[in-house]
Amino acid sequence: MCQVGEDYADPASDGPPAPRPGREQKCVKCKEGLPVVVIRAGDAFCRDCFKAFYIHKFRAVLGKNRLIFPGEKVLLAWSGGPSSSSMVWQVLEGLSRDSAKRLRFVPAVVYVDEGAACGQSPEARAKTLAEMKLILQTIGFPWHVVALEEVFDLPPSVLRCFAQEPVGTEGAYKAAVDSFLQQQHMLGPEGAGDSLSPAQGEEQLSWPCTQDPQKPNKLPTAAQTEALSRLFDSVKTLTAKEELLQTLRTHLILHVARTHGCSKVMTGDSCTRLAIKLMTSLALGRGAFLAWDTGFSDERHGDVVVVRPMRDHTLKEVAFYNRLFAVPSVFTPAIDTKAPEKASIHRLMEAFLLRLQAQFPSTISTVYRTSEKLVKAPRDGCAAGPPGPRCLLCMCTLDVDTVDSATAFGAQTPLHLSQMQPPAPLPTVPSCSAGMGRAQGCCWVAGSCEREDPRARVVEQLCYGCRVNMKDLPSLDPLPPYILAEAQLRSQRAWVEQQIQEYLVEDSDNEVQTGES
Amino acid sequence: MAAPLSVEVEFGGGAELLFDGVKKHQVTLPGQEEPWDIRNLLVWIKKNLLKERPELFIQGDSVRPGILVLINDADWELLGELDYQLQDQDSVLFISTLHGG
Repeated sequence: MCQVGEDYADPASDGPPAPRPGREQKCVKCKEGLPVVVIRAGDAFCRDCFKAFYIHKFRAVLGKNRLIFPGEKVLLAWSGGPSSSSMVWQVLEGLSRDSAKRLRFVPAVVYVDEGAACGQSPEARAKTLAEMKLILQTIGFPWHVVALEEVFDLPPSVLRCFAQEPVGTEGAYKAAVDSFLQQQHMLGPEGAGDSLSPAQGEEQLSWPCTQDPQKPNKLPTAAQTEALSRLFDSVKTLTAKEELLQTLRTHLILHVARTHGCSKVMTGDSCTRLAIKLMTSLALGRGAFLAWDTGFSDERHGDVVVVRPMRDHTLKEVAFYNRLFAVPSVFTPAIDTKAPEKASIHRLMEAFLLRLQAQFPSTISTVYRTSEKLVKAPRDGCAAGPPGPRCLLCMCTLDVDTVDSATAFGAQTPLHLSQMQPPAPLPTVPSCSAGMGRAQGCCWVAGSCEREDPRARVVEQLCYGCRVNMKDLPSLDPLPPYILAEAQLRSQRAWVEQQIQEYLVEDSDNEVQTGES
Repeated sequence: MAAPLSVEVEFGGGAELLFDGVKKHQVTLPGQEEPWDIRNLLVWIKKNLLKERPELFIQGDSVRPGILVLINDADWELLGELDYQLQDQDSVLFISTLHGG
């Protein structure tokens, strides 16, 4: 094998004999293949060993964490980019394996068209969409294409955290696998063909292969596109734009997952991307949520868990794998395409880490290892007790400590309050929630809302990081209605609770709860 | 004196945006005194192919960190990186792994 390289070098012998380091080198794994890629410091792999290594890593991440149960519906969040494309292909590969090594969950793909936020022309978007659909058809999984404009149709309930059954223990996972295998076994020969239980087969059939049937017209209206552009144009910094885009995208994917009964969402975040995200999140004041933002699994939404199976793959590995094994991906301009290096915190952090990585090849892995060690310890043991208040946007348990003025948040609050416009009577009367039922109570609540600046009402429901971002959004009006509606609902609820508390000054907890319901 | 070389230069992962969106370029490198290596090739690309924002592609005498270089589908780290001497009919691929290309 190695001779190929040597033969190749021969014609150059008329020039100075060029030393060809590495080409004499053999694959570190099989010791005979011609290496094609260097991963980690100095480990050269040949094509076949690299493929085996890459696939193994993907399966090992899933196997080690044991989070995805057999037969579970999993939504693959696919952007068309290299990592998520590779992820989809790994799932495809895993499902085509025979018997024991086969992945046993039921996948579907979601693609979010963000063209409007990135200022793409309708023609360019149509072209991209056509390319995406071609790939989606090749993959053959059920798929959903949604435009980012659909955030304007989201219900406020997207922002609620739904309780979930206790996380499966080791025993529960084994039991699930056993019962799944038993189920398959009972199916006998006719089930062996596609090895899907009849119920799952039906389920899969019932998955629409395109858009939801009730919304056959998937093209966003021009008004929505314009509203979305207006929203992004109004954001003052690229940093805040990126954060906003990420927030809206997450909400939309979450909604798609819930409406289609997926309890897991897989995202294609690579190790490189997560290392950059970790440092970026720190800089954005999201330190409290690093474990959720960058860990393998993210349970903040309760009923839908986000998992990141590509978190052990570096972008270099991804790019090489996609190239060597012809994994199709589509390049779409992002919000920061062609932006200078210092245009946003995200951009700057990426450049900083990659430059460090070029000089010190273990930079990314060191940062990434740190993210692995982070433990999700909610404040005051929120996991056990009733869930504490959550950030309206990122849906993390609020890291806000109103008592402790020594924290960054505490220091910020008085400042923020002093900057607020006087909370004098507002011209707009907040619309009363139709579901309230009690006319008297309704006006009562409306009155309470009038006391407050709507901006303050939203801001007080945000975590520190999201508050900082909100500063770059001069007006809340262009935000999609579900965010404002949920904010109003929450503050009404909080106000009612407070009122009840006042009436039941010395009463027991039981009675407070009765009053609430 | 090295003879002129015919080389395929390809851009991917969004790097092509800096080259008028064209991914594949079949180029002929003129004969010159020194042999053609990647270091010279980058200078030539900057002068002849690059359409805008050179700092997003080249930094110092190398490519910007985050852009991978593949020579004949193999990692350039195996081939001496900037010192690799180009042969006739070589293909050089630049893949951007940077966010947004």
